[in-house]
Amino acid sequence: MTQYSPSRLPQPRVAASVATSTNNHLEIDAVTKNFGSQAVLMGVNLSVAKGGTTAIVGPSGSGKTTLLRLIAGFEHPDTGSILLNGAKVAGDGVWVPAHKRHVGYVAQDGALFPHLSVGQNISFGLDAGKLPGGHRGVKARVAELLEMVSLDAAMAKRRPHELSGGQQQRVALARALAREPELMLLDEPFSALDAGLRVATRRAVGKVLQDAGVTTILVTHDQGEALSFADQVAVMRGGRLAQIGNPFIVYTRPADRATAEFLGDAVILDAWMEGSLATCSLGGIPVRRPPAQGRVQLMLRPEQIRIAEDGPIRGVVVDTDYFGPETTVRLKLAVPPVLAEGAVADHRYPGGGEIITIRHWNASIARPGTELCLRVVGEAVAFPMEDLPPA
Amino acid sequence: MTTKLAAPGTSGGTTTAGRGKRPRPPFGVSIVSVLAVLIALFALIPLGYVIVMTAATGWDTAVDLIFRARVGELLLNTVLLMLVTVPLCLVLGVGGAWLVERTQLRGHKWWAVLLAAPLAIPAFVNSYAWVSAVPSLEGLWSGVLIATLSYFPLVYIPAAATLSRLDPAIEQSAASLGLGAWRTFFRVVLPQLRIAMTGGALLVSLHLLAEYGAFAMIRFDTFTTAIMVQYQSTFNGTAGNMLASVLVFLCLILLLVEVRSRGSARYAKIGSGAQARALRLPLHAYQLPAQLFLTALTALAFGLPLTFVLRWIIAGGPDIWAADEFLPALLQTLMYGLAGALATTVVAFPMAYLAVRHPSWFSKALELSNYITSSMPGIVVGLAFVTVSIKAAPSLYQTSALLIAAYVLLFLPRALVNLRSGLSQAPKELDEAAQALGKPPLLAFLRVTLRLTAPAAAGGAALVFLAIVNELTATLLLSPNGTRTLATEFWSKSSEIDYAGAAPYALLMILISAPMTYLLFQQSKKAAGQ
Repeated sequence: MTQYSPSRLPQPRVAASVATSTNNHLEIDAVTKNFGSQAVLMGVNLSVAKGGTTAIVGPSGSGKTTLLRLIAGFEHPDTGSILLNGAKVAGDGVWVPAHKRHVGYVAQDGALFPHLSVGQNISFGLDAGKLPGGHRGVKARVAELLEMVSLDAAMAKRRPHELSGGQQQRVALARALAREPELMLLDEPFSALDAGLRVATRRAVGKVLQDAGVTTILVTHDQGEALSFADQVAVMRGGRLAQIGNPFIVYTRPADRATAEFLGDAVILDAWMEGSLATCSLGGIPVRRPPAQGRVQLMLRPEQIRIAEDGPIRGVVVDTDYFGPETTVRLKLAVPPVLAEGAVADHRYPGGGEIITIRHWNASIARPGTELCLRVVGEAVAFPMEDLPPA
Repeated sequence: MTTKLAAPGTSGGTTTAGRGKRPRPPFGVSIVSVLAVLIALFALIPLGYVIVMTAATGWDTAVDLIFRARVGELLLNTVLLMLVTVPLCLVLGVGGAWLVERTQLRGHKWWAVLLAAPLAIPAFVNSYAWVSAVPSLEGLWSGVLIATLSYFPLVYIPAAATLSRLDPAIEQSAASLGLGAWRTFFRVVLPQLRIAMTGGALLVSLHLLAEYGAFAMIRFDTFTTAIMVQYQSTFNGTAGNMLASVLVFLCLILLLVEVRSRGSARYAKIGSGAQARALRLPLHAYQLPAQLFLTALTALAFGLPLTFVLRWIIAGGPDIWAADEFLPALLQTLMYGLAGALATTVVAFPMAYLAVRHPSWFSKALELSNYITSSMPGIVVGLAFVTVSIKAAPSLYQTSALLIAAYVLLFLPRALVNLRSGLSQAPKELDEAAQALGKPPLLAFLRVTLRLTAPAAAGGAALVFLAIVNELTATLLLSPNGTRTLATEFWSKSSEIDYAGAAPYALLMILISAPMTYLLFQQSKKAAGQ
């Protein structure tokens, strides 16, 4: 039984208890929001540390954009409160409008003003009277900001529609950075970009914000983006935060099955839990902090199941999908010997013969019909049976 | 908004500037809503007037006044006029649009503008020119001739706009599915034109119902001319009111027919993204007939009226340019046009704002009321305003304010359509971006939304201006004593058979209208597909 040291997994599963920390830049306390009869947010608690990067990730319609708009001050919470730097900005009769919150905001499509040049867009929030050097100061600041987002200073004269999508997003970021906000809200700013540009722009934006020491909240429906961008991931579902934690934790130790499946591919098997060992078609697998005993559902990430010549588990390849660097292999697991014909039914082996999906880099070894030997690496996560979503 | 209210001082002693005592509702929405409701109520005055008048008349009198031979005759005239003119306009409008947009017609760029040009000539000026050319013109067929030539651009412009924006991939798909050019046109292109055609047909029909001058000049009786005659003889007679209620009833039926025939096609959208340029069909042997047809059409609809106006001007010599009559009329027309355009745009704004930014059953109801108002003929609006002002606010009767209010009501839809498309190009995300950049809501609204809407608002205002310059019926009823506009002066001179004296006014109306018509034509190209 492998026991990871607590230092490697330092966070509790749900970080609600962390919410009392006083050093938090942003605190959201029991916020609810309805649009007409539809409840969009049903009691959300979230704390974001100063200088930290938080990704709010969830499927469309989960309320994540509404949450961001509440933080920005574009919407009022129905109940609950929002604190910035310990000061209440919404809730309990307090209301600080968006323009006084000093929060940067980058919208999905950049929302550049089409009637203004790039330079005018960036200087929109600047007050020439307050900058040293007046209008010349503004010009210098615009050039500085353009450089910060790796754009040529000559771009200042262009019109937004003359820029590519990635450039527009960078200008939107520069515009939001111009007022030196301490908190930056990003509302799916990369989703309109094509795949290659998305990664590059995300990296560039992340670096700029990190260098500037700006607390950042990113809303996205792309789990990969959330995991790679943030040091705190908040998984949102149905108007609630299902789990908050660092990316490694939420990915490897999801709080429930829906979160597990949302954050990435998951192999789910029926299993029997005894102590901290789960028995299933893949054999005995260690589980840390099992939530229940007896019948459970076991979750493994596909990359935890490796093809190994000396592996104790057998599976027959059903079919494969070739993606270039890796191949997705669908396997039908062999029925464990204890369940073989004639054996006495054993309550500890609820499964057998399931079809699972794993990944492998070598396409040539996995042809349909081949029998492969498998080995499971690391721990699994168990979910109690009552967590099962209705079929 | 169910935000909690709190007593002052309960917010933990926070004193930071900008902390309101209670959350405000979204910027100005409630004020805008109240304004929009008031405007909608105001816009329903003509309909309300007709309903109240009909109810007050009493059943027996109403039946007596409505079911009589004279009404039957007017109904027959009006229906026949519509039944012949509307199909003719559809054929000319769609045919012209197809030739211009989809065939290798030589000089199609010129033809595209020339076919819209007749719109610059008010129908009553057209009528005047035709009577000058053929003095014996009278009755139904003359009405059909003049109305068709005046109104076919109302079909042509939306049809051409739709065709020019129509994704050629649709036609290419049809071709790849084995359809020839003709069958492609009838099975694929024509159905796409449904909105343009039903909309255009509705506009033509409403113009036919509302037109006074053009039909009065050739002594063709429609409801509108009959109401005017009644009004001039008995001022506020029950008979005239009953005719007005039949007229309004006809208008409402037309609206209903149009809504039904639009069907779900109303919501069809043409996808975004760059589209290939349309292939133009070679005309080969049909090139000459097409050119001749368009030449004849333009000559009759545009050349002839212009020629006869100019002939009268030459015949009249310098005497007809009496500055003491002419300049005041021009100035007053421009003043009314500008004031009306400005007022209409301002009044349209709350409704457009609600429809675009806060769409709901509420904004839909407002739009419906506006849609109904848009069908009210000038004569009914005029009658309603005369009666209501005399009864409720005598001090307003025969003031320029009342006339401008009537203009606002008559031409609100034109401003609204433009403002709506302008506002939808200024999404609220931009407003929010400005707020996140530290601009207070009102400033953000002014610097972003209003600034972005300005071109569309100006376009709408220009169209309202054009309509006011050429408005005759309501102006005749409502203008203050001593008011002379180009249209009323033209009308009084040509009614006295002083055709030469009327010519300068006609020419000026055409000259003022020409650039606006061009603007309308340009705008329609952009607006199609939205």
